[in-house]
Amino acid sequence: MADVALRKVVKRYDDVEAVRGIDLDIADHEFIVLVGPSGCGKSTTLRMIAGLEDISDGDIMIGGDVVNDVPPKDRDIAMVFQNYALYPHMTVAENMSFGLRLKHYPKAEIKARVTEAARLLDITDLIDRKPKQLSGGQRQRVAMGRAIVRNPKVFLFDEPLSNLDAKLRVQMRIEIKKVHQKVRTTTVYVTHDQVEAMTLADRVVVMNKGRIEQIGTPNELYHKPATRFVAGFIGSPAMNFIPCRLEDVGSTLQIRLTDRIAFPLPPARAARYNALPRTDKLLLGLRPEHLTESHAHLESGVETFDTVLDVTEPMGMETLVYFGLDGTPVCGRVNPNAGAKDGAPMRLAMDLNNMHLLNEETGVVL
Amino acid sequence: MSTLAIDKAGPSRKIKYGSMSRDRAWALRWSYFFLVLFAIFFLTPPIYMLITSLKSSAEISAATNPWWVFHPTLSNYVELLTSNQFLRFFWNSSIVSLAVVLVTMLISVPAAFALARMKFWGSTTLATGVFLTYLIPDSLLFIPLFKMLALVQDYTGITLLNRWYVLLFIYPTLTVPFCTWIMIGYFASIPKELDEAALIDGASWLQTLTRIFIPVALPGLIAATIFAFTVSWAQFLYPLVFTTSVDQLVLPVGITTTLIKGDVFNWGQIMTGALLGAAPPLIIYAFLMDYYIAGLTAGATKG
Repeated sequence: MADVALRKVVKRYDDVEAVRGIDLDIADHEFIVLVGPSGCGKSTTLRMIAGLEDISDGDIMIGGDVVNDVPPKDRDIAMVFQNYALYPHMTVAENMSFGLRLKHYPKAEIKARVTEAARLLDITDLIDRKPKQLSGGQRQRVAMGRAIVRNPKVFLFDEPLSNLDAKLRVQMRIEIKKVHQKVRTTTVYVTHDQVEAMTLADRVVVMNKGRIEQIGTPNELYHKPATRFVAGFIGSPAMNFIPCRLEDVGSTLQIRLTDRIAFPLPPARAARYNALPRTDKLLLGLRPEHLTESHAHLESGVETFDTVLDVTEPMGMETLVYFGLDGTPVCGRVNPNAGAKDGAPMRLAMDLNNMHLLNEETGVVL
Repeated sequence: MSTLAIDKAGPSRKIKYGSMSRDRAWALRWSYFFLVLFAIFFLTPPIYMLITSLKSSAEISAATNPWWVFHPTLSNYVELLTSNQFLRFFWNSSIVSLAVVLVTMLISVPAAFALARMKFWGSTTLATGVFLTYLIPDSLLFIPLFKMLALVQDYTGITLLNRWYVLLFIYPTLTVPFCTWIMIGYFASIPKELDEAALIDGASWLQTLTRIFIPVALPGLIAATIFAFTVSWAQFLYPLVFTTSVDQLVLPVGITTTLIKGDVFNWGQIMTGALLGAAPPLIIYAFLMDYYIAGLTAGATKG
């Protein structure tokens, strides 16, 4: 068990910077998820923590010790790979005990640890099988078992669920969370799936183009994104970004979306945005769940407007509606019984209490 | 306009159900025809050898049907298998081939591992270079090699020429490049995560090689072993050049130099010797055939 710290970590390949100076503190027992689109440097960061990639610049510390030049086997870490990387010629038990056997642990202890890990992961019956006799989910469990028996300071997961089908992925996600609740080992988990990131993490690190965009708990990232990238990346369907500008009408501040549509801002929001310049270069960020069907008893700060729907997507528990505001495609979530139909007019309600305002040029949430 | 014409021409050909299986039947007939043709072509020489080996010298030189044995005899076999000379050739060939296989594997497996996995400056160029050396024919190499060994003898006094063990230095020049190449291909098909997992599990490079790579790449290793054995067993030019004394000869050279005296060819014994000499590789192939095929194809497609 140990904390992990990254200090201005840089990874350069020839003249390309894959990771551009990352600072990250991971507390003991914490479950950290690195998430971002492919090529954002998340896997490279993980591999640098593992010691599989050299660090071009900066420091990596595990348990307070700088490990920049420590080989992977001496870092006391365990890693679970996307393609499981089980040794095909060994049985499940041999796979799990390989690391312990290399370190010449006593046979009785190896057996005890393997049995315990197998029980924890519910693979006791599979212990004598070869990897090719296992299903994808079972292989994933064995790969996790191989990590657990070593009782390392840090677990590293590199997109461990990407090779599984959707149903199994949800199931294994819960398994991983359960295992972490029992074992409590510091964990760094890489994924491109924001749902995985949100559900598993104590804190999520959103990465983009080799930099950290934002670090925070899942709820912080969802409700208080720092940048347009984070706002758009976290949440599905993604947040709407609608070009807008602020206008003063008498003493009230209002937000204008189109020539036709403008709403007064709720008092709390008006106070917050009052100092901003009245330019065009603003975006209204609004999640689809804050664009719903209109009904009789609307709270203050919820404004209605009429539009014509382009497409509707019934999802069962909700219906997604798509429409345009001056050419900007917008998505809303309405009750399936609200009568949304393709090409039909509809009155929608916009909850401005949950709005975000972004600077269009810098992408910063204001 | 031309495409229109093609479109019109299309439907004029009648498409029948079952034409797939008819095409397949024809393909099968043709493949049987050619396979039988090849089988006849390649099996005729060994059959002729077998027939001749069962004849006495008198019957061979007599003007009878060469494809039939009228008075079968095992005298050629008895004579060869009781001749110390022939057994000596056989022994020399076995020792040389087995030792060369061992030397080849000890060099080419670690070399292939290093070239396939440890990325170092010039590793790809080196890998190509290894293969290129295989492309230089031995008929070009034997004179400089002979000169080198003669120089070694001149300067150090160590006699290597005309000793059977000189072949242990010479044959690997043929076997190591090709075996290394096979093993590079095979090792390269092993997913990178496997050695990374081993590395994290605490294995050294050597442990990764011996405990992960060699077991996983066993079919490739067997293919390389068979290749090295066959090449050493069948090599003719190098032993002809580097060994001359009768007790130092290996089988292929021994048979041709001792059983052909001037212009007298002892055909019966030559054929018997050749057949007996072909037996060991044949037996090895028969047992390891499945592995050999797996080894040759495994590098090509990722399983």
